[in-house]
Amino acid sequence: MILRTNGLCKRFGGVHVARNIDFGIEAGEIHCLIGPNGAGKSSLFRLILGAHRPDSGSILFKDEDVTHLPSFARIRKGMSVKFQVPGIFKDLSVRQNLVISFQHHLHGHDLEATIQRVLAFAGLEGLEDKAAGTLSHGRQQWLEIGMAVGVEPKLLLLDEPTAGMSPEETRQTGEMLRSLSAQGVTILAVEHDMSFVQQIADRVTVLHFGEIFAQGSVAEIISHPGVADIYLGASDE
Amino acid sequence: MTRPEVNSDLNRGASLIDATPKQQRNTLALWLSRLEGPQTLGSGRWFWLTLALAVLAAVIYPLFVDGWTVGNTAYFLVWTFMAMGLGVIWGYAGSLSFGQTAFFGLAGYGYGVLTLNFGAAYGFTLLALALSVGLAALLAVVLGYFMFYGRVQGVFIGIVTLSVTLVFQAFMAQTAGPEWAIGAARLNGFNGMSGMPPLTIPWPGGDVLLYADIALYYVLLGLMLVVYLGLRMLLNAPFGNVLVAIRENPERAEMLGYDVRRYQLLGFVLGGALAGLSGVLYTAWGQYITPSSMSITAAALPVIWVAFGGRKDVTATLIGTLVMIFLYQWLTIYGSQYAIVVMGVILVLTVLFAPEGIVLSLMRWISARLASTGGRP
Repeated sequence: MILRTNGLCKRFGGVHVARNIDFGIEAGEIHCLIGPNGAGKSSLFRLILGAHRPDSGSILFKDEDVTHLPSFARIRKGMSVKFQVPGIFKDLSVRQNLVISFQHHLHGHDLEATIQRVLAFAGLEGLEDKAAGTLSHGRQQWLEIGMAVGVEPKLLLLDEPTAGMSPEETRQTGEMLRSLSAQGVTILAVEHDMSFVQQIADRVTVLHFGEIFAQGSVAEIISHPGVADIYLGASDE
Repeated sequence: MTRPEVNSDLNRGASLIDATPKQQRNTLALWLSRLEGPQTLGSGRWFWLTLALAVLAAVIYPLFVDGWTVGNTAYFLVWTFMAMGLGVIWGYAGSLSFGQTAFFGLAGYGYGVLTLNFGAAYGFTLLALALSVGLAALLAVVLGYFMFYGRVQGVFIGIVTLSVTLVFQAFMAQTAGPEWAIGAARLNGFNGMSGMPPLTIPWPGGDVLLYADIALYYVLLGLMLVVYLGLRMLLNAPFGNVLVAIRENPERAEMLGYDVRRYQLLGFVLGGALAGLSGVLYTAWGQYITPSSMSITAAALPVIWVAFGGRKDVTATLIGTLVMIFLYQWLTIYGSQYAIVVMGVILVLTVLFAPEGIVLSLMRWISARLASTGGRP
């Protein structure tokens, strides 16, 4: 297992956003985190990233306890993240966004080669001198995925990677993630769109009121009667 | 919309990561290449030719005016270091600081105390300069550590730094009594310290004393060029990229693996040290320093210069600062107290009509014109 949480708890005032969560991600899989609004998906995501500190419990990344490490140190150890709202540097050029993302590890020729590869990968060739904020919404999302994967993360964390995308962009993003997975990148995605989850997920975890409600393959989750009640019921509101 | 070929690269089975060994590059050539880059405006033959002409004009300028005027122009140069330092802290790293004058004052007083006690022989004034700048940097480390590691952000950085400056001023203003002395150096309250030696360069056959005259002007001009070009290289290096990333989106910068607080602190210390350099040079230039160097007016002026010039570019900051100091002195001579009011009006006009800075907006306009007419190589 590349990531494991043991008895993770977090509350904000009287609200338990995470209750005793024991959760794991196998190396190489695409794991989707689903659940109705307020189920604690984003909180768990932020706990794993280090943006929130747990009240109790621990987080192990590559068998190393990272519970007390700040976010930047977890990133250095091989995590990588793409936020829901495009977390790019909008006033900087596409190229600058990529340089800033990779300059940690790469210099000179290697940096340039990686930038060119990621531009091709994310479908951004010819746009490298444009201000990132002027790209279409879908391209901004792809740029951020490119920023997140250029330095070979061990674990890619995606918060609603297809939010605001057209169906076609969503389909292409799915292909992008499958091909990353084929290259050995482990992916954890928080996602609302069940058809997208069906397209990409190897395994699914359903959260409800800060607890793990169900876990299994896509087929198992879809046929789980309780999941339909809490998840699909809530999404019909 | 043309559909991007998302998978073109992947179908060839190429990994995203290239494993070729890192190319060895000549370090000097690498740093020189950073004189131009995305974080500084100005590149290509025409820019460097213009800069060379400006430097040439500055070099021959003392031939055409009297010594007093040259010494007065040296006074303008004194302030540019503090302004460029504020540009790093505010323009590049995104933290508006009113604390530059605190570092300025501390280093100025430091130079006074050291030289009044130990004199100017054996090049001691140069050591005093280094020690005083180091003292300012040390204060910046302490203050910056508590601010950035204490998660002080945004407008509160301005409030904390302004408070520190004003407390320092109030403290120095009440040191009039004879009990306030460090060795031979009386602090002298609101009247300030005076009588310290100018910068003195040891020279065989007689030390060179840098009074506010032609020699000091050349030293300051050279120092300003070194700092300006050094900052250009540093800001276009990975360090500068990270500062800009923090300014644009600190959370994203952290989530790319950067220790944001450490970089903010480094930028703050660099800027504070440059303010300290200005403080020492000011004290050595006029052989006095008073608490009014840390007054609320003094604290606001660098912010106005940098805002007027364009905080996000070191060249615009430098030009804007020189223009504003010249204007301020001219206004002080002819309009006395109204000078500060005019400065305030200029700040308001800048914020309203050219929030990126008037000089920077002009520079961008000129470079766009040159690009469209093919004037740029």
